[in-house]
Amino acid sequence: MFSALTEKIEKVFKKLRGQGVLTEQNVAEALKEVRLALLEADVNFKIVKDFIGRVQEKAVGREVLESLSPGHQVIKIVWEELRDLMGQDHAGLSLSSVPPTVMMLVGLQGSGKTTTCGKLGRMFKHQGKRPLLVAADPRRPAAGDQLASLGSDLDVTVHRADQEGASRSDVVRLCTEGLARGRDHGYDVVIFDTGGRLHVDDELMLELEDIKRAVNPHEVLLVADAMTGQEAVNVAERFDERVGLTGVILTKIEGDARGGAVLSIRAATGKPIKFLGIGEKADALEVFHPDRMASRILGMGDVLTLIEKAQEAFSKEEAESLQRKVASNTLTLEDFREQILQVNKLGSFDQILSMLPGGERLKTMAGAQEGGLPEKEMKRVVAVIDSMTPRERRDHTLLNGSRKKRIARGSGTSVQEVNRLIKQFLGARTMMKSLVGGGPGKPGKLRKRRKLIRALPSF
Amino acid sequence: MAWFDRLKEGLLKTRQGVQSSLRRLVGRGVDPAVLEEVEAALLSADVGVRAVDRMMERLRDHGRGTDPTESLGLLKETLFEILAPAQSEPLETIIRRGPRPYVILAIGVNGVGKTTSVAKLASRLKQAGMTPLLVAADTFRAAAIEQLEIWGKKIGVEVIKHRQGADPTAVVFDGIAAAKARGVDVVLIDTAGRLHTKVNLMDELKKMKRVLNRELPGAPHEILLTLDGTVGQNGLAQARQFHETLGVTGLALTKLDGTAKGGVLVAIAEDLKIPVRLIGVGEQEEDLQDFRAREFVDALFGVEV
Repeated sequence: MFSALTEKIEKVFKKLRGQGVLTEQNVAEALKEVRLALLEADVNFKIVKDFIGRVQEKAVGREVLESLSPGHQVIKIVWEELRDLMGQDHAGLSLSSVPPTVMMLVGLQGSGKTTTCGKLGRMFKHQGKRPLLVAADPRRPAAGDQLASLGSDLDVTVHRADQEGASRSDVVRLCTEGLARGRDHGYDVVIFDTGGRLHVDDELMLELEDIKRAVNPHEVLLVADAMTGQEAVNVAERFDERVGLTGVILTKIEGDARGGAVLSIRAATGKPIKFLGIGEKADALEVFHPDRMASRILGMGDVLTLIEKAQEAFSKEEAESLQRKVASNTLTLEDFREQILQVNKLGSFDQILSMLPGGERLKTMAGAQEGGLPEKEMKRVVAVIDSMTPRERRDHTLLNGSRKKRIARGSGTSVQEVNRLIKQFLGARTMMKSLVGGGPGKPGKLRKRRKLIRALPSF
Repeated sequence: MAWFDRLKEGLLKTRQGVQSSLRRLVGRGVDPAVLEEVEAALLSADVGVRAVDRMMERLRDHGRGTDPTESLGLLKETLFEILAPAQSEPLETIIRRGPRPYVILAIGVNGVGKTTSVAKLASRLKQAGMTPLLVAADTFRAAAIEQLEIWGKKIGVEVIKHRQGADPTAVVFDGIAAAKARGVDVVLIDTAGRLHTKVNLMDELKKMKRVLNRELPGAPHEILLTLDGTVGQNGLAQARQFHETLGVTGLALTKLDGTAKGGVLVAIAEDLKIPVRLIGVGEQEEDLQDFRAREFVDALFGVEV
């Protein structure tokens, strides 16, 4: 629903093409769409109201930059304001100069504290530090088991009580012991996984205050579900009042929730978002970047993260050689196969699509297709290409009926599927060429998009 | 405490918001500034911008030259009309009328409270004199099986389980076999939380449903989608996607004991017309209650206006 915002705003401005200045009226019309979009993204309604006012003030009367259409101009202002709302730069964790650094995870039930605790443990371990996780949730059945099981998978030590005792002093004692163990045994980081609680549950909030007093943490992080509605601000404010937050971790962001909650929490409490939980696996934790999140909220995708990932996966030479081949139309099936495998390195298809502008829509389309599991499909494609001879891979025109039959047999597919693959390959080759914009004629789509991206300052 | 009071108390904060706006509405007639306040209150209850815009439109049209109290009544009536079809008979009644064993498949995104709700429901059904059986088909999340087992012990209900990492469909298969062998009344299947956008995980649910139906024609008799009461507009996307994939037959809305209002229910009821079977208004077993549209709306607005 949200990815269409850019489109909608452009539509509003299409009628007004050729105007040099943004007028109150055309800005107001565009901002109506922005308001709708922000509210649907669960941004707090008070924040939306202020926000729209500020953008309006900034946008009206501004001269349209030469490189941008009026629509893009408004989007740029909206984007900048969004980024600023979320705090201009990304905020890191404050680590204590004298170990252990003590961290406390707090939040509502089901927001993902235990999973996040495991992810943080893994992250610190990968950085060469020694983390200790403390299971401080005596109430939810098997919460301690859950953390212990995560810990043993990740080879991270977990401190937990021998029995599930539920009194406030039991929990505080457990935490004190956990901290002592961390200090005495030379751990670098001690992370307390506290139980989920409602921000209005006075009894349990008192317990949290007690724990905080006992362990004196450097970081108190609120773990919040990206799908939370208008309630997000209430929750964050109450937790902040009681235990003084130092930051927020936003979870379950890999779905289609726009995470308007992020914006609201940051704007209402001033606490920075520090991490994003982007999947169920232990490595699915990402450092939060306000500029990238602003793009996501506007449905512009997170191209920058994708580029970073791609840079890790591809070497510069590879990329250049690919570009040359694409431009000269000499891309072979072998390159095609290589590409598919490279793309796999970037992450699951799902994750890649979410980082692309309009990717959410593509995702639904891909999902809706018959037998449309992209991952499976990719495996088949690779299998078909693997069943070709090297010569065939370099020159697809060799493929005649009997060769195709052999390939189909070898890859466990059918001749139709082999034919379909070749068609796809040729289609992709043409499409890539138009994206790179190799030949004369119209500039490629990507170029146009780049123009906008370049105009956004921090890109 | 009665359900109504509990809900009212839970909803107190919004109600005060809406109510104070409405009182002023009554006093001053339909004035744009007041309308804006009503709008803000509804938005903050997560009712959703589209539904709110529509309601405000109606209120504005109607408001001209009429008694403001009437306008307010209209607003409540509009909400009630939307929510009334979502009211359902108690699950006990439905189950008694249905086949034996009656199979309930609990689904939803991560962390909404599926396991807890399934356990509380089992306890409620047991108290109503039925024999429930729990099936731990969340083989993904660490210690999910243990969590259900601890519940099972606590409420005295048997739990069918495999090891973590096992194929959830295999657990379901065993669950049905056990249910037939033991002659239980209800089978409650707790599945792993999954985001509605993950195609392969949604396919896994489809497979579970297929196997259920093969092993016991007609099953699952209830596909119960659990939603987190604090969820925002994404709740609608969740309901839509699960409904499209599996055909959801009932909703459970949890965690309404905070200041969350669950207003997204309005959009879901309007759009998908799925009955709401249960609402969770507290930590205790008896806090899993039936949904009543009138009370929900009244509690939202305050009865004494």
